[in-house]
Amino acid sequence: MPNMSLVKNPMPSQDPLVRAHNFHEVAIGYTEEIALDEAQRCLHCKNMPCVSGCPVNVHIPEFIEKIKEGDFEGAYQVIHETSSLPAVCGRVCPQETQCESKCVRGIKGEPVGIGRLERFVADWHRDHSDQKPVPAPFNGHKVAIVGSGPSGLTCAGDLAKLGYKVTVFEALHTAGGVLVYGIPEFRLPKAIVQQEVDNLVAMGVDVETNVVIGKTLTVDELFEQGYEAVYVGSGAGLPNFMGIPGESLKGVYSANEFLTRSNLMKAYEDDPVTPIMKGGNVAVVGGGNVAMDAARTALRLGADNVYIVYRRSEEELPARREEVEHAKEEGIIFKLLNNPVEILGYNNPDDRRDPKNGFVTGMKCIRMELGEPDERGRRRPIPVEGSEFVLDVDTVVMAIGTSPNPLIKNTTAGLDVNSHGGIIVDDNGATSKEGVYAGGDAVTGAATVISAMGAGKLAAKSIHEYLSK
Amino acid sequence: MYKIVDKVSLNPTVTMMQIEAPLVAAKAEPGQFIILRVDEKGERIPLTVAGYDREKGNVKIIFQIVGATTEKLNHKNVGDYIQDFVGPLGVATHLDGLKKVCIVGGGVGCAIALPIAQKLHELGANVTSIIGFRTKDLLILEDDFRACSDELIVMTDDGSYGREGNVTVPLKELFENGETYDQVITIGPLIMMKFVVAACQPTGIPCTVSMNPIMIDGTGMCGGCRLTLNQDGKKVTKFACVDGPDFNGYEVDFDEAMSRGTMYVPFERHAYEEACNLFKEVN
Repeated sequence: MPNMSLVKNPMPSQDPLVRAHNFHEVAIGYTEEIALDEAQRCLHCKNMPCVSGCPVNVHIPEFIEKIKEGDFEGAYQVIHETSSLPAVCGRVCPQETQCESKCVRGIKGEPVGIGRLERFVADWHRDHSDQKPVPAPFNGHKVAIVGSGPSGLTCAGDLAKLGYKVTVFEALHTAGGVLVYGIPEFRLPKAIVQQEVDNLVAMGVDVETNVVIGKTLTVDELFEQGYEAVYVGSGAGLPNFMGIPGESLKGVYSANEFLTRSNLMKAYEDDPVTPIMKGGNVAVVGGGNVAMDAARTALRLGADNVYIVYRRSEEELPARREEVEHAKEEGIIFKLLNNPVEILGYNNPDDRRDPKNGFVTGMKCIRMELGEPDERGRRRPIPVEGSEFVLDVDTVVMAIGTSPNPLIKNTTAGLDVNSHGGIIVDDNGATSKEGVYAGGDAVTGAATVISAMGAGKLAAKSIHEYLSK
Repeated sequence: MYKIVDKVSLNPTVTMMQIEAPLVAAKAEPGQFIILRVDEKGERIPLTVAGYDREKGNVKIIFQIVGATTEKLNHKNVGDYIQDFVGPLGVATHLDGLKKVCIVGGGVGCAIALPIAQKLHELGANVTSIIGFRTKDLLILEDDFRACSDELIVMTDDGSYGREGNVTVPLKELFENGETYDQVITIGPLIMMKFVVAACQPTGIPCTVSMNPIMIDGTGMCGGCRLTLNQDGKKVTKFACVDGPDFNGYEVDFDEAMSRGTMYVPFERHAYEEACNLFKEVN
């Protein structure tokens, strides 16, 4: 008999007031009892609408069935057939707009907590199973992957399963891309990312860190080295700034820099080697998931007050609902319908050596109101004349998106990019250059982990078809 | 891991190392930089390439011991390994077509200026080098510069070696004597480069500067290395890691760059002291 409760089992989480001061994971995860209970909510629809909502087509009802049977390892194996990174997806996928949005239970009440169950299964596997993946027999083909973020790792995993010899090239010193430098520890513990990478290595994937494709080696040189196809999953590029006065003052960061200092370089630890501005008042400009991550990181680093400054209203916030709620619970202050016009800095005209000179003292904002919808249907924010005010802040984090990295485009003849610099691909992930495929943020601009994974999966399929000809 | 194959102390605070990094050595050009981490917990620091041996696969770095990381690096010896070494990053200095060039180096910046002077010499250009140091004890690479320069002028601030004064003194004299160059290339402390640019200004001779801002990833991701250029009255943000490190000196906002460079001074000073104390305890 299915569990006909209209609501999902809530996710056990750290108390907001406690977690606002530590970097431990916010969500603690389902227990076996909760997982079994939640699994009973799945109706096992014949047409499986949830699967169509998943960019990597995890066989959702099948893995939930295994949970019901108490076969948690079996459930893991079902997920692992189509997803190379279950522990990551269970944590950072926006399930509410994907699998769970298609769930029949969601028509009346809440959908099945698919993401929470996926996470439970992946964590169970990590804690209980020593079953290591085994390399598939080598099929004679070599493929190079540029970037070890979610799309590159997914592409690598799928190709390795098919017997390809895969080498992943990573520019930084640690594999994982945005999963390591961007998404904070409290949302995605780095040990989990490392384990997913270790699994790929166990499957025979080589990971070469400290290689910048476009600098250390070019795409053409990869072909010369015997790789027969290349997947470019090089991720987001240079951070955007607003172009307002004061953005070069000390205390102004891009979200990429702020998060990289904290996540990759561990600036949050007690005795860090890489510094970061801590404490005081912090304004994060932007309303996406990255803005939420930066704001919540600033809070955990010891800020007194953290503001999200966003020019539209709550309804238009591009961040996941859950992240916004978490941020609010923790005490992030939302300054909606406000737009920065200038960042103010300290300047002592009598003493040019005053150590406070050049540091941020505040941010001048203007109130906004929403006008007519623009061509994309979003109501356009319009400044309210004369409504300027100064927000008292010491640190400003700009989380307003990125522009594609030029390194690969500049060094790869025959690779077409669009007017924004994003690599152009067809429906199969193929670029204008033969044998070169691309996906993730390098193609779409800043998007989600799972859409990058979907692109990596698609490219793996296309590369397999291309090399099977 | 990357092996240290040679180490020479050039003066009490400046050390040369050769690092085995064949992929970097195969591609490196004068003006480019690398990023290294000394150990698994280390910070990422950028260092401009001071030379390369493509056949042996070695990259030469020359660094001044100014903080915790360079202190730790200096405690490594031949046969030891450093954790990470990535590059070559940034755009190489544009040298094609230059016939007569004046190189102006200051302090440890001379280490970066040298491969540029050498390459120009190889390309058959006429090279005047002006190298400046605080005092005689800090002088480095004099013989190397002499070997690739048609004229070499050595300056010390205190007059303990060569001529007394800063590098702009002979530069201005050369201009006054009617010397002209296709390009002035200057590498050194920001304040020195700012004054070299000012000295060049009246002549209109193109002046290239090599910027060395705080960086983290060095590959065009974090934006920490941004600087402002004034191009035709418009302020333009550029990133030293992918757009530089060389820039048109007339366009660079030096005051802003100098201010940004001091963002973490108290932290850096503390970390350096900690590192020094640690090594004192060990020894």
